[in-house]
Amino acid sequence: MYFKLFWTFFKIGLFTFGGGYAMIPFIHKFAVDKYKWITEQEFMDIIAIAESTPGPIAINSATYIGQKVKGVRGSLAANLGVSLPSFIIIILIAAFFMQYKNNVHVEYAFQGIRIGVSILVLNAAIRMYKKLDKSYLSYALISLGFGLLLFDLLSVVYVIIIGGAIGIITQIVKVRGDENVD
Amino acid sequence: MLIKLLELFITFFKIGALTFGGGYAMIPLITDEVVSKGWQTKEVLIDFIAISESTPGVFAVNISTFIGYEQYGVFGAMFSTLGVIIPSFIIISFIAKAFTKFADNKYVIGFLNGVKPIVVGVIFSVGIDFLISSVFKIKEITLFREIIFDWKTIVIFAIVFSLTKVKERMHPIFIVVLSGILGYVLFGIL
Repeated sequence: MYFKLFWTFFKIGLFTFGGGYAMIPFIHKFAVDKYKWITEQEFMDIIAIAESTPGPIAINSATYIGQKVKGVRGSLAANLGVSLPSFIIIILIAAFFMQYKNNVHVEYAFQGIRIGVSILVLNAAIRMYKKLDKSYLSYALISLGFGLLLFDLLSVVYVIIIGGAIGIITQIVKVRGDENVD
Repeated sequence: MLIKLLELFITFFKIGALTFGGGYAMIPLITDEVVSKGWQTKEVLIDFIAISESTPGVFAVNISTFIGYEQYGVFGAMFSTLGVIIPSFIIISFIAKAFTKFADNKYVIGFLNGVKPIVVGVIFSVGIDFLISSVFKIKEITLFREIIFDWKTIVIFAIVFSLTKVKERMHPIFIVVLSGILGYVLFGIL
């Protein structure tokens, strides 16, 4: 069973391109449809958990499903499976990349690719913006995060913690306000 | 050696623990930590991001392996990957059983209501920063620095960005390959 968990997640890790969300249909296919490790409802829960906890969604799901099937060792097997393909492939590429990174033709292509990456990042920001609640708090925090980082005023770690703290304070004030109205 | 490996582990642990909202939310954290520690220049890091987006697997594992390997070989790669994975491993192991309570907790809801928008602002800022550092290049001429405006980058940006608006959810590999070809043609051939 450990091997089955490992091997299933190994395949999921090997055949998904483009990050965690591309993995979701694969995980569903294996864990819900084929092996019935988790129910449809649990699958929906995993997605919700992954969105409200830190860390990569692939690791979150591998941990949850592995744990459900075979406890802590099960989640270790699943995590090892999902990470190993990336690990091996990147080490091979990194070794190769070191040799070619000073090649002038490679550099020309990468001058273009760096623009491509900034487009990927900007589009990700736009996508995530569309999913947000459009409140004054959201707009204020977007501007705060943008400004603090653009002018290099604080490290990202603190910016995120400040965002969370402001969120908690706002929530407490809101709950108090609701109670007073009651 | 142990100190270096520990530093990699702790840095990536911090990154893993504070990434809310998928792989792209990790990019500002990684850029900040890796560039400020002098592990990589911003340019090389952007190259790593491009490669990590166009190879199979988990983006977080790809990029951590890449940076760890460049710092301290296979062991470096292992420690940074472990660092990025362990926070979610621990959190999920504890939460899995009591999920419904966790998600309804008002402090958790409040925390996420604050983190999600600030992360959007942060990602947006990094995207702009990456773009600006490609468009304006600093050229060192013996004693003084000259900032060069590179119009070719604007052409690439305009073409690729408008294509992503025509076709929603274009695959990252396609964007990387297309901008690579355009880069090669504009910088190498023309």
